[in-house]
Amino acid sequence: MQRLRTILAITAVRLSIAYSLIFGLVAVIIVMYLTGSTVNIIRRQIQDSINTEVADLATVYERGGINGLMRTLERNAASPGANIYVVADPAGTIIAANILEIESGILNHEGWAGHPFGYTRHQDNGARTWQAMARVVELPNGMRLLVGRDLGDPERFRQVVGRALFLALAAMLALGVATWLVVGRRALKRLDLVSKSTARILAGDHSERLPLSGGGDEFDRLSARLNGMLDRINLLDDGLKQVSDNIAHDLKTPLTRLRNKADAALGEASNVDEMRNALGEIIADTDQIIKTFNALLMISRVESGSAVTGLSPIDITSVVKDVAELYLPVAEDDGFETRVDVEDGLLVTGSRELLAQALSNLVENAIKYGRDPSRKPLLAISARKKANQISICITDNGPGIAEADRERVTERFTRLEKSRTLPGNGLGLSLVRAVAVLHQGSLELSDAKPGLAACIHLPAEGSIA
Amino acid sequence: MRILIVEDDQEAATWLARALKEAGHVSEIASNGEEGLHHASTARFDVMIVDRMLPRLDGLAMLKSLRADGNDTPALILSALGQVDDRVEGLRSGGDDYLAKPYAVSELLARIEVLARRRRPDDSETRIVVGDLELDRLSHTVKRAGKNIPLQPREYRLLEYLMRNAGKVVTRTMLLEEVWDYHFDPQTNVIDVHVSRLRGKIDKDFDHQMLQTVRGAGYILRAAQDG
Repeated sequence: MQRLRTILAITAVRLSIAYSLIFGLVAVIIVMYLTGSTVNIIRRQIQDSINTEVADLATVYERGGINGLMRTLERNAASPGANIYVVADPAGTIIAANILEIESGILNHEGWAGHPFGYTRHQDNGARTWQAMARVVELPNGMRLLVGRDLGDPERFRQVVGRALFLALAAMLALGVATWLVVGRRALKRLDLVSKSTARILAGDHSERLPLSGGGDEFDRLSARLNGMLDRINLLDDGLKQVSDNIAHDLKTPLTRLRNKADAALGEASNVDEMRNALGEIIADTDQIIKTFNALLMISRVESGSAVTGLSPIDITSVVKDVAELYLPVAEDDGFETRVDVEDGLLVTGSRELLAQALSNLVENAIKYGRDPSRKPLLAISARKKANQISICITDNGPGIAEADRERVTERFTRLEKSRTLPGNGLGLSLVRAVAVLHQGSLELSDAKPGLAACIHLPAEGSIA
Repeated sequence: MRILIVEDDQEAATWLARALKEAGHVSEIASNGEEGLHHASTARFDVMIVDRMLPRLDGLAMLKSLRADGNDTPALILSALGQVDDRVEGLRSGGDDYLAKPYAVSELLARIEVLARRRRPDDSETRIVVGDLELDRLSHTVKRAGKNIPLQPREYRLLEYLMRNAGKVVTRTMLLEEVWDYHFDPQTNVIDVHVSRLRGKIDKDFDHQMLQTVRGAGYILRAAQDG
C-alpha cells in the first residue's frame, strides 16, 4: 500500500493516469457517436426499403385487390429474412400476419410507428419480444396493412460495438497499469539509487557521485547537475582546507620569526637605536605577513566566486593598456626592452579590478624573474582575439620555467629554488589562475624560446564595432 | 582637526586617539553605532573615522542614516574586509574613503588630511597654483615659473592630485587609488617610478625640489622649502 502510494506520488504516473482517463473518455464518445450515426443510417435504409415495398404493394392492391395483395404477402413472407406483414380489420384486430402478436395500439395510427415496438414470433410461441420498425397503411376498404422490419440487426451491431469498446478500454487500462508499473518502478529504483548515493555522501564519502544511466533522460540531467554541484562544493571545500593548511604552515612560520625577533630585541638590544632598528624590521615583517594574508583571502574569495557580485562587460584593451602604462616605466628603468601589442576594442565579461591585478602580477613576475644575464631583458605585452578567445600574454626572455614545474608554480606558496632569494610570497600565480578561472578562462604558461610566456585566455564578449 | 572615532574595540580606539593627538588633532570616541550617530548629529567634526562592524548599529547603517539627514562630514570607513566589493559597498553607503585593517598610521593620517580638505568647494577651480607651479584644468597645461612643461595624461593626473593636496602627505596607495583607480597592493615600486619621472619633469632645472619623498609615508608637494 505504501509502495502504491509512492508510485502514485510520481508525476509521470499521475500524468499517465490522467492521460489514460482522457483518452478513454474521448474513445467512448467517438464510439458512441459512430454507433449512433451508423444505427441511424441503418434505420433510414430500413425505412427506404419499407417505403419501396409499401409502394409495390399498393400497385399490387390496385391491380389484384385484397386477394392479390394477400397472395403477394404470403409469397413475400415465405422468402428468407422476410419483413413483417400484418393485415388487420378497421378495428385493429389482426386478420393475417407472419407474426404472433404485436404491441397494442400500433395498428391504430396510420404512418410510421413513432418508435421501435415489441412483437412476438410464431417460432418461439411468444416467449420472447422482438423489436421492429413498421409503417401502417390504411387500405381503401378500411383494412390496415403493416409492413415492418425486425431491428435485430442494428441491435446486434450495437452490442458488437459495445463489446469492442469494452475490450478496447480494458486493454487500454491494462496497458496503462503495466506502463505505470514499469515507469514507476524504474523511477523508484532510480530515486532509491540517488538517495542511497546521497546518504553515502552525507556520511562523509565526498568522492561519491550520483549514478548516471547514460540514457540522457531527466534523471540523468538532474543527476549530472547535482554531480556538478558536488564537484564545485568539493572544490570549495578543498580550497578552504588548503587555506587553513596554508595559514597553519605558511603564516605560522613568519609569525614565529616575528616573535623571535621581538624576543631577541627585548633581550639583546642595548640601546635605543638597536631597538628602533629591530622595531622597524618587525613592522616590515608584519606588513609582509599582512600582505600574504590579504593575498590568501583574496585568492580564496576569487576561487569561491564571492570576490565580485556581478561581472560586467569591460574593455579589456584599456585594462591591458593601463597595466602596461603603469609598469612599462618600471621595466624600462630596470633595463628591459618593452613591446606592447594590444588589439583594439576587445571585450570580456569580468571585473576590471581583478583582471588588472592578475595582469599586474604577471608583469611583476616578468620584471622580477624574467631576466637572463646573457641577454638584454625583454618584456612583451600582447592581447589578441582569435575565434572567440581573447589571449593576453606577458612574455619575457628570461630563464623560463621548466615544463615539470609549470603546473606546480600556480599552487599556493610554491616558490622555485632560483627565485627564493627574491622577495615574494608564492601567491601571485595562484591569484592569476583563480582570476582566469573565475572569468571562465585559463592561465597557460609556455616556453617563449627563450623565456616564459604567461597567457590568460578569456572568452570574448564580442568586439566593439 | 576635530575627529570623531566610532570604534567598538576600546584598545584600538584609544590607540587611534593617541596617534591622532600626536599628529595635532582632537578626537572623541563613540563605542557603538548609536552613540556615533548621536555624537555626529549633535556636534561638528571635520572628519569621522568609522569602523564598519559595530554593535547596535553597524558603521554603514550609521553613515546611511547620517547622510539621509544631510550630514556631509567626510567619513573614512575602517574595515577588516578589504576586497573590491566591500569597498564599493562602503562608499555607496556614504563613506568617502575606505581603509582596510590593519593599516599604517601614516596611511590613515594622510587620508584624513585629504578627506577634511575635500569638503572645501575649490575642487571645481579651473586653475591650481602651488608656488610657481601652475596647472590649467581647462587646457590641461602645466607651467613652472611660466615655462610650459609637457606631461603624459597620467602624469598630468598625478600632478593634479598632488597639487590639489599640496602641503599634505599622500601615500602610494592613495596615488594608486586616485590616479589609477586600482585598489591592490603592487609588489614593486611602480608608484615611485612614476613619481620620479614626474619629478624629473617638474623639478628639473629648478633649485627648489617641490615633489618630495616622505620616508616611510609617501610624497608631498611643497610650494617652498619650509612649506
